[in-house]
Amino acid sequence: MKTHEVVIEPGRSEKNYWRDLWKNRELLYILSMRDISVRYKQTILGTSWSLIRPLITMMIMFFVFSKVAKLKGDPGIPYPLMILAGLTIWTFFSNSFTQISTSITANSNLVTKVYFPRLIMPLSSSVVSFIDFLVALGLFVVLTIWYQFWPDWHILFLPFFILLALLASFAFGLIFAVLNVKFRDIGQLIPFIVQIGFYACPIAYSSRLVEENAGEWWHPIYYMNPMVGIIDGFKWSLLGEKAFFNPTSVINSVVIITIFLFISIYFFRKRENSFVDDI
Amino acid sequence: MAVITAEDISKRYIIDHKRGKGSTSIKDALGDQIRKVFNGKKSPHEETEHIEHEDFWALKDVNFSVEQGDRIGIVGHNGAGKSTLLKVLSKITEPTTGRIHIRGRIASLLEVGTGFHPELTGRENIFLNGAILGMTREEIRKQFDAIVDFGGIEKFLDTPVKRYSSGMYVRLGFAIAAHLDPEILIIDEVLAVGDAEFQKKSLGKMRDVSASGRTILFVSHNMTAVQALCNRTLYFERGQLIEQGETNQVVASYLSKISKTKLIREWNTPEEAPGNDLVRIKKIEILPEYVDNQIFIDVRTPFRVRFEYWNFMDKANLNLSLHMNSMTGECIFNVGTQSQPYSKGLIAGECLVPGHFLNDGTYNVSMMIVKDTVTPLYNMEEGLIFDVADYRDGVAWYGKWPGYVRPQLKFHTEMMEENILND
Repeated sequence: MKTHEVVIEPGRSEKNYWRDLWKNRELLYILSMRDISVRYKQTILGTSWSLIRPLITMMIMFFVFSKVAKLKGDPGIPYPLMILAGLTIWTFFSNSFTQISTSITANSNLVTKVYFPRLIMPLSSSVVSFIDFLVALGLFVVLTIWYQFWPDWHILFLPFFILLALLASFAFGLIFAVLNVKFRDIGQLIPFIVQIGFYACPIAYSSRLVEENAGEWWHPIYYMNPMVGIIDGFKWSLLGEKAFFNPTSVINSVVIITIFLFISIYFFRKRENSFVDDI
Repeated sequence: MAVITAEDISKRYIIDHKRGKGSTSIKDALGDQIRKVFNGKKSPHEETEHIEHEDFWALKDVNFSVEQGDRIGIVGHNGAGKSTLLKVLSKITEPTTGRIHIRGRIASLLEVGTGFHPELTGRENIFLNGAILGMTREEIRKQFDAIVDFGGIEKFLDTPVKRYSSGMYVRLGFAIAAHLDPEILIIDEVLAVGDAEFQKKSLGKMRDVSASGRTILFVSHNMTAVQALCNRTLYFERGQLIEQGETNQVVASYLSKISKTKLIREWNTPEEAPGNDLVRIKKIEILPEYVDNQIFIDVRTPFRVRFEYWNFMDKANLNLSLHMNSMTGECIFNVGTQSQPYSKGLIAGECLVPGHFLNDGTYNVSMMIVKDTVTPLYNMEEGLIFDVADYRDGVAWYGKWPGYVRPQLKFHTEMMEENILND
């Protein structure tokens, strides 16, 4: 048997970090299973909570934005479907982002007592959010059947936008996870960011309304938000050509997310060996 | 072959006096940065920094090496750096300086039941904890029955661990850890928990592990366990490795250091001595009667407790009353002298406490001066605090010996009648 050699030095990160991460995939699996199985323990409604929440949110937003505020949707697309599509991908991103940001502090009992590549913790939190996302997507499918609204070839692009949303949650979540270890202000900030993001993204309304203001000064600023391209793209994949989608906004998203992802991972790797000293 | 080589390991923590260790506020950190950028001046926080922040070296220039198959004991007071060393070795935190070379798969057990989730069942937690400690699911499945058996929790396998008694919780935790199969095993104070029966079982298991040629690093305050299990011992004080070598020798010097400091309290003049206008204490001293080359008191050692006090009264009938108290405050025994008439002057009293009488532990001896057998003149409650170390011969059990006293009473058994059962 090959002997396993390790050198511990300040500032030295594991040479075989990514291989180590791969070797720990069972731990990733088991930590995800833990979070999933304890999630609805001692609740009466159990897993149906992951259906009830998006359904009721969708109904209220439909009432507020379509019935009360009388916003125009995309022509030919039922408003509730548009909301639910946007809500599904946004909830996935925001849950994953929130869970990643708090993953290190939430697992402080592990961080202080055992070693494993710390990236396991944010990864397992995103798995849990992904499972929730799949349930919500199932709800969307049921609703399309109800409305007799069938997807077309655009659906082939769906995985791309899901992946992009996942990467976005890592790109921003990892930095926050590191900062949250030392500064608990982050824990206060995150719900606030998620709340603002909800209005700054085309979830309960269509980007078509934004596009009608193309000359306004805030128009380019609106598209700086990398989530806009992802949410519009996701709606477009599910609802087809009739859904408004500006493909250049996706380029924006890809560039911003790539840059932040590299910074995030670098920052995380640099700090992860001293999490225990700050936690 | 050295499996662990540690060179000049140091670990520094920065203690923040004003805010305490933990989360700092992002406002201060950001504010300082912004001020620096804009006016190049030091922020008010920074100017007071050397007052607020203090370097604390949890480990300082530690060098040692561990050979294949060594069983290393690590001893020292609380806060001496033992746990920090284990954390550095298990890669939980990185050293500030130095270099460690480890050859072999390492598993560390710094806590029993790390990561147990209270809502999950015993069965689920076995897989969870096993994975956290680095076992594959295949390995856990293979060892599953042995783990359940060792922990003695068959009946509660499908009960959430939040309903477990603390004893069951600990047993399950240790059972999983005991079935790890690493080349190097790091254990922190596991024996401090669990009942005597289980401690015996876990020590036995650890001896099996070491017998199979694997390397063990074992932190403990239980000197008897260290002596039973470890061939070499490292002694830490204030972050420094001050002695290393053969276990009995290192443990002896550790024990002598912790007990030596406390064996005498003395006041030279009546002005500074505790007491009142009638009597004042001059000296309390414990004089051990060591045999061989002993340097600290253990359960075998007889010792004399000596008192000296000033009497300022012309004629008084005085007697001394000695209380031996446990650290939890119970009085173990109380002895008094005969009342005798004394005139003004210095009076001494001495009491012999035989060996094989007090159990191991920490004791507080206090003294009361009594007039006419009924009126206490002065009671010195915090007299001397001293330790009695454990000593056992030919016993394979290392748990805490129960009781305050451990007398060697005559006790024997005999065969009364043979073969009455298998007619």
